[in-house]
Amino acid sequence: MALRRIRTRVPLALGAAALLLSGCANPSTGSNTDDPTDPVTLKFWHGWSAPGEVKAINENIARFEKLHPNIDVVPTGNVSDETINQALRAGGGDAPDVVTSFTTNNVGQYCSSGMWADLDPFLEKSGIDKAKVFPKTLLDYTRYEGVQCAAPLLADAFGMYYNKDAFEEAGISRPPRTMSEMKADAVKLTRKKKDGSLERAGFMPNFQLYQNSPDRMFAQWGPEYFDGAGKAKLADEPRTEQFFTTMRGISDAQGGYDAMERLRATFGDEMSSQNGFLTGKLAMHLDGEWRGLMLDEAKAEFDWGVAPLPVPDDQADTYGRGYLTGTVAGIAHSSRHQNAAWELVKYLTTDTEAVVRFANAIHNVPSTFEALKSPDLDADPAFRAFIKIAQNPHSQGVPPSNNGGQYITSFGDFSQSVEAGRTKDLHRALKELDEQIDADNLQSEN
Amino acid sequence: MALSLSTPAKSAGRGAEPAPRNSPLRRKRNRERLRTLGFLSPWLVGFSVFFGYPLIATVYFSFMHYNQIKAPTFVGLRNWRYVLEQMPLFGPALWNTLWLVVVMVALRVVFGLGIGLLITKIKTGVGLFRTAFYIPYLAPPVAATVAFVFLLNPSTGPVNEILSWLGLHGPSWFNDPNWSKPSLVLLSLWGIGDLMVIFMASLLDVPKEQYEAADLDGAGSWTKFRYVTWPAITPIVLFAVVTGVVQTMQYYTQALVAGKLASGVSIGPGTVIQPGYPDHSTLTVPQLVYSMGFQNFNTGAACVLSLVLFAIAMAVTLLLMRKSVGLIPAED
Repeated sequence: MALRRIRTRVPLALGAAALLLSGCANPSTGSNTDDPTDPVTLKFWHGWSAPGEVKAINENIARFEKLHPNIDVVPTGNVSDETINQALRAGGGDAPDVVTSFTTNNVGQYCSSGMWADLDPFLEKSGIDKAKVFPKTLLDYTRYEGVQCAAPLLADAFGMYYNKDAFEEAGISRPPRTMSEMKADAVKLTRKKKDGSLERAGFMPNFQLYQNSPDRMFAQWGPEYFDGAGKAKLADEPRTEQFFTTMRGISDAQGGYDAMERLRATFGDEMSSQNGFLTGKLAMHLDGEWRGLMLDEAKAEFDWGVAPLPVPDDQADTYGRGYLTGTVAGIAHSSRHQNAAWELVKYLTTDTEAVVRFANAIHNVPSTFEALKSPDLDADPAFRAFIKIAQNPHSQGVPPSNNGGQYITSFGDFSQSVEAGRTKDLHRALKELDEQIDADNLQSEN
Repeated sequence: MALSLSTPAKSAGRGAEPAPRNSPLRRKRNRERLRTLGFLSPWLVGFSVFFGYPLIATVYFSFMHYNQIKAPTFVGLRNWRYVLEQMPLFGPALWNTLWLVVVMVALRVVFGLGIGLLITKIKTGVGLFRTAFYIPYLAPPVAATVAFVFLLNPSTGPVNEILSWLGLHGPSWFNDPNWSKPSLVLLSLWGIGDLMVIFMASLLDVPKEQYEAADLDGAGSWTKFRYVTWPAITPIVLFAVVTGVVQTMQYYTQALVAGKLASGVSIGPGTVIQPGYPDHSTLTVPQLVYSMGFQNFNTGAACVLSLVLFAIAMAVTLLLMRKSVGLIPAED
């Protein structure tokens, strides 16, 4: 009798638990049936945090509200992708309607999971031909497997800042264009203390330094991360080993990885006045277009210039290229005011005046054809240098993946081990990395 | 009446017929059951909500593909195979966690007991020393970690400065994979105050007559510790070891903060950093669980990792409890 009772009650209890669990796991759903002319309050989460940036986005929002008196926008700044990810998954009334991300790494995940709504139906309703509005590279990094779940909201190009005073002192007449030239210049620019430790590095290739993530540096080689079938091919991509060898060579020529790391440990925060380039501890430095404004605001004590990062010797004809990424904007899947949210996204990403004003204010590269050729665009030569890098046909970003750029994180981890000299057999290690990336991608498939 | 009493008495035996539904004995037993359940209910509710449900949910999701957006789908053992066979970070994370469990717990117990012994022996300034050793324990873990990363900065930190005055070349501490875990151990030893207080209380509880008897027998310091102190404090040592193992199995905050700070990478919007800097040397299983569950939204793999950690913690605790049975003197 008791056994029979257990036999019937246990499956019932388990079934109930499973139903409860699957019920709890159901995501909240949004709606795109709202009337965008109805009064509504939109919650807008973005990542800008510097006072100038926040002022600029708030001014943009104020102009939008003037154009759409029925829409009240409540912005929340300094929000990371991690927070947005968690908030949109948890749902609830406080989740945002419109969101932005500073990285394109996660777009694949946003599109494939359905966390950000597909924008194609909205573009169609508004009669916008996206191919005529946005450059192809930017469109590529805002969609995944045919789903356009994000729109480009300004782009970021990466180049090289260099200390002109240090160059002059070292007798170098122009910024290096190839990796060999960079290595030679870096040696000339390196300064050592009496005890042999570094006082200044010519160029620090260490991947943990500020924006120096390996995917950004590797972009100078024009790599392919995946083959036609979507399998990782870093081991079979000859440029991978060239890349690591070159980076290691530049480091070794200036004193080696450990010396570099000890110098890096003396740097302050990237966005602070103790930034390694700003304090003169780096003569050449990879960074994005926003750094120019910051150097001006901090009144750098040296004359500085901007140039594209050098390219590998055997690809000298691609000089001028750089890594591209950008801020992207989208509509939360859980938003119940998706048509109103689209009005805000459309304004921020396609309104030429809005895009140009915002680009000028925070020195980011404009993301539409119209804005790029606008006469109102800031004529500052350093800023223009980055616009040129963004328009270079060889410039590239990283391909999207369905798991939030996990492969980039894995590649970054791997690269740190290589640069520290802890990877003995590079080719074999790369094979293992490829296997790991494939396993991670398979595991994340929906 | 006599009959009605005899029937329930029989029914209490194995295989006997149950009491009739409305018999007074049955009603009484039901009332007792309800009363017991009533008294137990706060614990039962807490246990079900905070342990039972999460545990069932973890087991359930370990067999599901669930990205916290779309409805979960059953994938059988795929998550288990992924974690145990294909996830290269699982090995280092497990190794680091077990390393910290062994080294950190052992050193904390030895150090806490040593400080406790010292303070109970000294004659003057007990209060001062006790306070000095206890205060660091009150520091919030994040603040303490930030301070240690600053102190142990390989280039500008005061520790390496002092070492260089002494003619020694200090290590890179949190920036060197060989020194990062020992640095975390140093940090944990700095905050030893909790254990010190517990050991001091147990040391002061050892009956003085036993020491006097040992003195009369001509016992030295070591003999007194071995035959008087140790048997008296063994239950407290066991408590310290078991709670230490369980806590260290969940080691997260200090390792994460130290790794992120020492790496120097800006943790700004859009930045996803794999914890464990440098070279996965500070990556622990709880960090991997967080990374899998709330950075990659790979709920299934995160649940598998949690279950593996739970199983190891259970096994180690049971083993310790079993092995310690012979060590603890029987109660009078």
